[in-house]
Amino acid sequence: MAEHSEAGRVTRKGGGLAAYLRGVWAVAEKDVRTEFRAKEVVGTMAAFSVLAAVVFGLAFDLRVPRPELVVPGILWVIILFGGVLGLHRSFGSELDRGTLTGLLLAPVERSAIYLGKVAANLLYFLIMEALLVPVLLILFDVNLLKPLVLLALALGTVGYVGAGTLFAALTAQNRARETLLPVLLLPVLAPLFISGVGVTAVVLDGRGNAEAWPWLGIMGLYDALVYAIAFLLVDVIWERT
Amino acid sequence: MNAAARTAGADRWFAPLLIFDILAALAMVGVMWTALLYAGDAINLAGVEQVAQRIFYFHIGSNIAALLGFLGSVVGSVGFLFSRRLVWDRWAVASVEIGTVFGILVLLSGAIWAKPAWNTYWIWDPRLTTATITVLIYIAYMLLRNGFDDPETRARFASVYALFAFLSVPLTYYSARLFRSIHPIVFDGANEEAQGGFGIGPTMGQTLTVAMIGFALLFLAILFHRVRQLELEARIEALRENYDE
Repeated sequence: MAEHSEAGRVTRKGGGLAAYLRGVWAVAEKDVRTEFRAKEVVGTMAAFSVLAAVVFGLAFDLRVPRPELVVPGILWVIILFGGVLGLHRSFGSELDRGTLTGLLLAPVERSAIYLGKVAANLLYFLIMEALLVPVLLILFDVNLLKPLVLLALALGTVGYVGAGTLFAALTAQNRARETLLPVLLLPVLAPLFISGVGVTAVVLDGRGNAEAWPWLGIMGLYDALVYAIAFLLVDVIWERT
Repeated sequence: MNAAARTAGADRWFAPLLIFDILAALAMVGVMWTALLYAGDAINLAGVEQVAQRIFYFHIGSNIAALLGFLGSVVGSVGFLFSRRLVWDRWAVASVEIGTVFGILVLLSGAIWAKPAWNTYWIWDPRLTTATITVLIYIAYMLLRNGFDDPETRARFASVYALFAFLSVPLTYYSARLFRSIHPIVFDGANEEAQGGFGIGPTMGQTLTVAMIGFALLFLAILFHRVRQLELEARIEALRENYDE
């Protein structure tokens, strides 16, 4: 791979799907490498999530008899708010550096750019969650490392990042982008949020896995819907930029 | 442009608007009369609940209007994305604006009714959750539009958001439904745990029909006014650009 230049690697002739995935990979790799050098997003998300967990600990610890009652809510609220911090930089930093036009001129499909951004954001989210779950274990003594909770986290993150990246693209050129993104995202994410809290609560209460599956089904449906709409509409967003 | 040159006297909106205004005004008088005087009492309710149940007609009426606004926003958005004509976008935004007002009225009238019937103003019932989320989505939609100067970009991005939001709302309902629901389902009575429900007698059924038609007419009348206003706004904008050149 090293003998190819960046551009040559992306435009290299090959099967349709392979070329497409190379485009996705190129965008994702570019994003992660930029992030690795600039350290704008992951550090902020990680610091915020730990800080928020501490704040929730201070707010609830003295008032709640059993932490299992509030931890599902705490987990998903922190992911919800921590995620917004990272998402708006996804296209915001491109605009700040004036690189969005260059990115859009790249010889890849627009949906590949979107998916590349999604992949990079997924990585940031997973880092944040990998930090958050142990922190919640230490602060609240609640073990979230259960298969169904992790499945819910995976489904929730995939759906959240899919919708969030799409909306980050929508708000990037808006006058009020930083403040607008959460306002747009939070109501639309309601199904994921409700289901995520639902699954986590079912598992922590030990109510049996059968009760968790309908919620996981809703999350899976939501994810499918998000990516279907994103593929249909992503070209519309960037058709005249 | 011929649109700009058209004189004010030849406004093609004038006659239909007048008709709809009169219809809506008459219908609302009809709604007031039927809902407050004509409709019979609910048999199984007494005291404050008996008085409170009459808000149901306004609740359902506003709900119909909010629903029309919601549907209008989707039709307008899809229409815009396919045709790329700003007239569709104007219908979408007008629907959302008016739908929001009626949506808030649905929530408020519901909360007022719920206090005597459920002994609380609010509960996270699926319908309440879904209605609230829908109103919040409407508000977010208007805020999103606010931040764009170019009408074409604004219409495009708002359409994308409206479509996405429209598809997420049913899922909100189903996810919230997995929690227990106490909202009465008046029409098929399928919810065994419903609180404060009541059967529908003949006069109540007629009143309900009047309320739904009345509020639909009111919605349409306001909608036409708002679309006309937006059209005039766009025309003024076009004239101003011509003048600057």
